Amino acid sequence: MTHFINLTLNGLATGAAYAALALSLVIIYQATRLVNFAQPAFALLSVYAALAVTQLTGSYWIGFAAALATGLTVGAAAERLVVRPIARVSPLNGIIVTLGMLLVVQGVVGMVWGNEQHGFGYAFSYVGRFSPADAFAVGAVAAVAVLLFLLYRFTPFGLRMRAAAHHPEAARLSGVRVGLMLTAGWAIASAIGALAGMLAGPPFLSPNVFDTVFVFGITAAVIGGLDNPFGSILGGMLIGLGGSYVSGYLGSELATLSALVIVVVVLSVRPDGILARPTARKV
Amino acid sequence: MSTTTGQRADRPTGAVSTPPQPPGRRGRALPLPARNLLAAAAALALVTALLMVTGDLTALRLAAVGYTFLALAGLQLLVGGSGQVSLGHGAFMMIGAYSMALLVLHLPMLPLATNLLIVIAVSVIAGIAVGAATARLHGPYLAGATLILAVGLPGIAHRYHDLFGGSNGLNVRMAGAPPFLDGIVSTSQWQALVVWFTALLGLALLATVSAGRLGRRMRAIRDDETAAAMAGIPVGRTKVVAFVIASAAGGLAGGLQAYVLGTVTPSSFSLVLSLTLIAALVLGGIAGLWGALWAAFAVVYLEIWASELAETLNLGSDVQNNLPLVLFGVVLILVLRFWPLGVQGALQTLRARVRRS
Amino acid sequence: MSDKPLLQVQDLTAHHGAVRALDRVTLDVPERGLYAVLGANGAGKSTLLRTLTGLHPATSGRVTLDGEDITHLPAERAVTKGLAHVPEGGGVIVELTVEENLRLGGIWRGRHDPDTMAEVLDLFPPLEQRRGKPAGTLSGGERQMLAIGRALMARPRVLLLDEPSLGLAPMITEQIFTLLGDLRDRTWLTVVLVEQNAAGALSTTDHGFVLDQGRLAAEGASDDLLSDDRTRHAYLGF
Repeated sequence: MTHFINLTLNGLATGAAYAALALSLVIIYQATRLVNFAQPAFALLSVYAALAVTQLTGSYWIGFAAALATGLTVGAAAERLVVRPIARVSPLNGIIVTLGMLLVVQGVVGMVWGNEQHGFGYAFSYVGRFSPADAFAVGAVAAVAVLLFLLYRFTPFGLRMRAAAHHPEAARLSGVRVGLMLTAGWAIASAIGALAGMLAGPPFLSPNVFDTVFVFGITAAVIGGLDNPFGSILGGMLIGLGGSYVSGYLGSELATLSALVIVVVVLSVRPDGILARPTARKV
Repeated sequence: MSTTTGQRADRPTGAVSTPPQPPGRRGRALPLPARNLLAAAAALALVTALLMVTGDLTALRLAAVGYTFLALAGLQLLVGGSGQVSLGHGAFMMIGAYSMALLVLHLPMLPLATNLLIVIAVSVIAGIAVGAATARLHGPYLAGATLILAVGLPGIAHRYHDLFGGSNGLNVRMAGAPPFLDGIVSTSQWQALVVWFTALLGLALLATVSAGRLGRRMRAIRDDETAAAMAGIPVGRTKVVAFVIASAAGGLAGGLQAYVLGTVTPSSFSLVLSLTLIAALVLGGIAGLWGALWAAFAVVYLEIWASELAETLNLGSDVQNNLPLVLFGVVLILVLRFWPLGVQGALQTLRARVRRS
Repeated sequence: MSDKPLLQVQDLTAHHGAVRALDRVTLDVPERGLYAVLGANGAGKSTLLRTLTGLHPATSGRVTLDGEDITHLPAERAVTKGLAHVPEGGGVIVELTVEENLRLGGIWRGRHDPDTMAEVLDLFPPLEQRRGKPAGTLSGGERQMLAIGRALMARPRVLLLDEPSLGLAPMITEQIFTLLGDLRDRTWLTVVLVEQNAAGALSTTDHGFVLDQGRLAAEGASDDLLSDDRTRHAYLGF
């Protein structure tokens, strides 16, 4: 029984990181109808920036802030300079260019910091069944989710963002600067991605550290339904728990395959994700 | 929710590699399949001539271009033709490669041609499975499902390492050139010829399919699935067939890769392969089969040039290791920015401009 | 009506690719009143509205609003100059609630304006009833009302409507035309209506502009246009 509880808590904690990455992907998808494959690379860059700043200042939290700031900047720059001119012409090209950014950013990180592992001291200890680190992970993601919800639902800014995402033309006619909203969406999403990185990265960093998180994050976003931020939380937890149980009872090499099974099962029943809103197909 | 594929820039401008028969021509022109085969034969002659004058290293690289071309052509049919974006094409290559390796290991008496046919058969089964599982999925959901396939499949090699050799993979000794050609062609040259013969045969087939009714149905589904369904096209079945064609091409390509390299490992079929394939295809031009050719060159030669560049410039090992991917990414971004239709699209625009002047 | 036109369009030309969708259109819209833009399908009516608001680029020509050149003004600035556009189909955002759609209309001014909201809800009782419901649950007629209400939330000087009667039952169309007439009578609002339903539009409006293949083919008082058989047959299909 304790094993089960351990696995559950572990699954929730890892699930939180997946949920954060999934959330960042969903925000971008809602704003620009693109899956941003470069998101883990932006997170990677943000975490390495945090590493550099922490080494410089000796403070984890200043590094943490640096990570968020890097995420904001990189996300905004990517949307404005790279994605927008390309996605305008072809959405497929828009997705592929995010792959290009993934390669470039991850490669540059490897060039600058090398492929070996760097230790990154964590502010919370990992000791215990549900360690302070795990609690921080879950708490941070929950807090972000709530803040985002409040932002979107109850602020004029949130209304503008939603309008720009759902119906850019109507939003423009109401005076919303749609381009700015898109950039803001990418900036916020990438900051959340940076948070995911800070939760999933330590204690050891390497350029490939987010490869698995990336895949599970995308999977979580997809099964949750790309139109729904709550879906990404749900999806993240599902993948996290599923992977944890499978690792614990069946062996860790099967964790990825378990994700595959979950995806196949979920999408067979709900092809647009668990919490997707059924939209009528316009004929 | 609408798909993210098959939109404006993906509409084929010159969709098939062979032009349709001009009207009014007297009925003595050959039918399309025959024309494609003739073109393939001509291409094979060209490749043979090229191989005769180059060394073993180039032969190896040309072979790589050959089977990559085949894999990409299958992917083009799936993504550019039927609008199903697959991020897991590497998985099909892996299935073909491992099948080939296992066949040679356990049934070494079988001739190469038989092996290739079995590889195709296995790949077809895989294609049916994947196609059927994903037929109801669209856009990013389809992409996500194929992504997890690309990541998860290598895990099977690790899990059942007795059969599949684990992370070291399998090493197989492949038969060389037939004895009567000993001394005339080297093993590498022979292998490259085998690869290109098979690949060109497959390509002639793909081109014929693309120009025919099946190709038209796939494009109709790509452009508007609901409209296609209302027009009476069996959407689900056609989508699965598209996957089967892609998996057959990919699996065959993987089998040819195993034949040439003599080794299969899970790490050579990682997610990076699948992502590189789709990215290269868009770079080459997703609208038609020619784009797959440029993409194949890009996949094989960009990495080589980047590594050589890093070596000659004597950059540190960190830079050396990462330069190929960074270069590929930069090229990809630049091409997409300035030539949204890929290399093939740019070439066609250039040709049209030259014609007009 | 004041003698200086509020909205002046001079030699406006716009293209769809190689095709000239608007061909040197010149017209004046004075302040206050109900104006119709009519013509067959593809005559350029929608393109005219979209070019006025900046959703579509103008190739050449000039558009002036109260003396200010707005020819190349980006679409998101149009509403700040007092130009509200209800696009074809309404442009209602179905994922937002009725209230959120209305709030969106007034958002350019920053603070939420409860007085204008109350006025608009007063004008459209069905919207008041379904205030908190997603806009996707509204009927066609209600959605058109919401679209107009959202435009009114911006307190515009000029209201452009692209085929408000499209897909609506005659009774609802009647209601909407009556409402527009009321607005014209009670406020200083200038309303420009693009319509396929020429007869209905002409019976409600004061003045009409008839487009044919991107060119201004005829204009005049609505009553005159209605009684001019030649114009009706040639351009309006009845």
